[in-house]
Amino acid sequence: MRYGMAVDTRKCVGCSDCVVACQTENNVPIGYCREWVVEVMDGTYPQLEIEIRSERCNHCDNAPCVRCCPTGASHVAEGGIVLVKPGKCIGCGACIASCPYDARYPHPDGYVDKCTFCIHRIKNGLKPACAAVCPTKCIYFGDLDDPNSEVSVVLKKRKSKTLIPEAGTVPMLYFLI
Amino acid sequence: MTNRRDFIKITAYGAGAVIMGGGFFQALKAFSSPEKAGKLTVDFTRTPTYCEVCFWKCAGWVYKNQDGSIWKIVGNDEDQHCNGRFCPRGTGGIGMYYDGDRLKTPLIRTGERGSQVFREAGWDEAFEYIASKMQLIKETYGPESMALFTHGSGTVYFNTLMRAYGSENVAEPSYAQCRGPRDEAFLWTFGEEAYSPEITDIRDTRCLVLIGSHIGENMHNGQVQEMSDAIDKGATIITVDPRFSTAASKSKYWLPIKPATDIALLLTWINEIITNGYYDKKYVEQYCLGFDQLAEHVKTYTPEWAYGITTITPDLIRKTAREMADAAPAVIVHPGRHVTWYGDDTQRVRAVAILNALLGSWGRRGGFYRPAKLNVPSYPLPEFPLPSRVWQDAFPGKFSVAMGVVSNALIDASIPENNPAFPVKGWIVSGTNLINTIPDQPTTLKAIQNLDLLVAIDTMPMEITGWADVVLPECTYLERYDALRISPHRKPAVALRMPAAGPMYNSKPGYWIARELSKKLGMEGYFPFEKQEELLDWQLKQIGSSLDEMKKAGVKTFERDADDLYFMPDEPVLFPTDSGKIELYSAYFGQLGFDPMPVYTPHEEPPEGFYRLNYGRAPAHTFGRTANNPNLTDLMDENSLWVNPKVANLWGLSNDQYIWLQNQDGVVSEFPIKIRITERIRWDSVYMVHGFGHAQKQMKRCFGRGASDTQLITRVMVDPLMGGTGMRGNFVTFIIEKADREVAS
Repeated sequence: MRYGMAVDTRKCVGCSDCVVACQTENNVPIGYCREWVVEVMDGTYPQLEIEIRSERCNHCDNAPCVRCCPTGASHVAEGGIVLVKPGKCIGCGACIASCPYDARYPHPDGYVDKCTFCIHRIKNGLKPACAAVCPTKCIYFGDLDDPNSEVSVVLKKRKSKTLIPEAGTVPMLYFLI
Repeated sequence: MTNRRDFIKITAYGAGAVIMGGGFFQALKAFSSPEKAGKLTVDFTRTPTYCEVCFWKCAGWVYKNQDGSIWKIVGNDEDQHCNGRFCPRGTGGIGMYYDGDRLKTPLIRTGERGSQVFREAGWDEAFEYIASKMQLIKETYGPESMALFTHGSGTVYFNTLMRAYGSENVAEPSYAQCRGPRDEAFLWTFGEEAYSPEITDIRDTRCLVLIGSHIGENMHNGQVQEMSDAIDKGATIITVDPRFSTAASKSKYWLPIKPATDIALLLTWINEIITNGYYDKKYVEQYCLGFDQLAEHVKTYTPEWAYGITTITPDLIRKTAREMADAAPAVIVHPGRHVTWYGDDTQRVRAVAILNALLGSWGRRGGFYRPAKLNVPSYPLPEFPLPSRVWQDAFPGKFSVAMGVVSNALIDASIPENNPAFPVKGWIVSGTNLINTIPDQPTTLKAIQNLDLLVAIDTMPMEITGWADVVLPECTYLERYDALRISPHRKPAVALRMPAAGPMYNSKPGYWIARELSKKLGMEGYFPFEKQEELLDWQLKQIGSSLDEMKKAGVKTFERDADDLYFMPDEPVLFPTDSGKIELYSAYFGQLGFDPMPVYTPHEEPPEGFYRLNYGRAPAHTFGRTANNPNLTDLMDENSLWVNPKVANLWGLSNDQYIWLQNQDGVVSEFPIKIRITERIRWDSVYMVHGFGHAQKQMKRCFGRGASDTQLITRVMVDPLMGGTGMRGNFVTFIIEKADREVAS
């Protein structure tokens, strides 16, 4: 079992619905977010291209945030999901500094918070809130070890990339290009 | 410690990356309590609703926390409008409910009109005040001197109130400021409008042509979803837009057209399709009227002619015409939605309709489907009194094609010198912020100063409430029942909205407000049910359902009476036009003295140092009404001005610099706007998202954030056919320093 996600940059319109759905689902306080949307434009008028990506924690196989956590609050849970135990977190911010994707933020209650792949939902057979809400259906989620999961199928069919692969983090968040 | 903002700046901003959603703004008023944040909650109850953040009206479920507070809103899987997926605005709709800046209690003006001096009042007192003024207007001028401006769910109740009172002056700005030209164009071509949601069969199309339509930035949910499906299936998208919109970035062909020249392109496409024999000959023969006149009319409009006007190369015009023909009839030349651009808008959309007719897409799979709407009986009400005048009497010979009431005409009719015989003296304004909705603000304000009564009904202290005599706080859609949603779609369906929570503060549902006011006016016979749920239950029982059933289901979808989503091959179709055919040539327009077929007329171009002001939408917002919503402000809290790098260079502008805009009439934007230098815009235009630059201090999150396009639209090109307000003929220049600089705190 290895959870992973693929975001189709050809379909994503950058509406940020994933951001709002994540905030409401997980009670992320207003002013903070566990995911965000990046738009990269290239070219000169009128020869232009845009890539739009819905980004979040990459739930890396080789997660620097877990390695550098002094208390063990950052840990790898079932299915490779990288989580934080708020009770064990001292808010030192080492993980925030170590994450090349800047996927973590200091929660006002004094601990570090991040994407959980909505583990409370997937345990109940639901998709993460971002994947469930996306109007363009551009977020694919599932078990990468299962060749028939929607994420495995789409990754087999389409060309994809990960972000900052040179960091050696082995991300589980893919972008279909 | 780096935060995400800095990180992006370092790694990607230089390459043109922009964070669109999320950020590390320090929350001003985070409403999530610390105990609640991060803790998983269990849903014990869910109640059905349909969304009121925009007009798409997606049906969904409201979930609550254990303590009864509203947790989240998600789409209803059974709903054709959303297929279980809400858009960001719908998902963030809870912000409307939790917004601490909401109107909280009725207000009665005590200072000069517009001075914003009010006292708090009770509901009964407010109703007494309104009723006495309305009686006085009726006695002095006649009931026809009252007008209603309205948008959204409240329309049905306040319309009943106005009709019972004796006035048919009920205007929705969604007509003359938005969809009107499109609806008339399709009506006078096919005999039917394009409906809402649009009957575009995008999910099965092979070619989608967007003319200034920025689907994806306008989050018309079902359309965005189907465009994504079409991308998956490999459909060709052709986007005509002076700006590299999100849709343009998903397109096989982007036609970066010179603004205001769309009709030249459309006529040329029509010519290409006729001359090369690309049109659907059988369809045209069987269903269309006036083909020969059309062929004659367009024969001089060659791609080379169009090149000089539109700046689109002849090769690209030919290729795209061929793409449409190859996909036909599974092709959609999209009718658009906000189409009030240059004053010849009905004619431009007529050209769109004609193009669709030639390609045989109307009534065909992948083109336009036949909508089905549930027939839900209305409760029988007493006859409405017959007004002795209607709004058009004030404008003899004008707007003869208008099926809707022209809001800007009603405003003009409220200025005594324009209309001595038929003065409009009282307005009820419900759910529409006229100040930022109707262009040419000075005229609106002049009209307001001549009124005897102005009542504003809203959930938020929008600008219009500042000018009102009486302000009535409506509760949000999450706190009330409303009329059943019965929209046309592929299958007939009904959706229920019920309250997820009781009204906050001293706010009340629109139904209750209209009914209580009707009692004061002695018209309660028009509101026979004390509670709206009794009326809904009666209606639902007429169609074999009930309120109880709908509370559990939220949406009920029925099968079509017949398998007739598309025309059958060779089906004899009687189109509801004068001739019973699709009218390529409109004899009726000819009789009225208008062009029977669309004609290209050059429009004025920006003078030196000025740029055409274009405006549009962002996915996180619905016009100005969401500008203060805490969840959505978190995504986007101000608009920016898109400027081409060449122009920025000329003026020495830099990214994130705040400047003011001045239009051709000398109007300067009240607030500064942030510069966004981008290759995505032409050098002859600038672009901003509509709905920002709010001047109402009570809306603390959005006050003074960004600039208002409406304020800068003082030149209005009125569509002579139906009164639509063309708003894209305004030109602006930059003001780098302003003496009386006022920056919002």
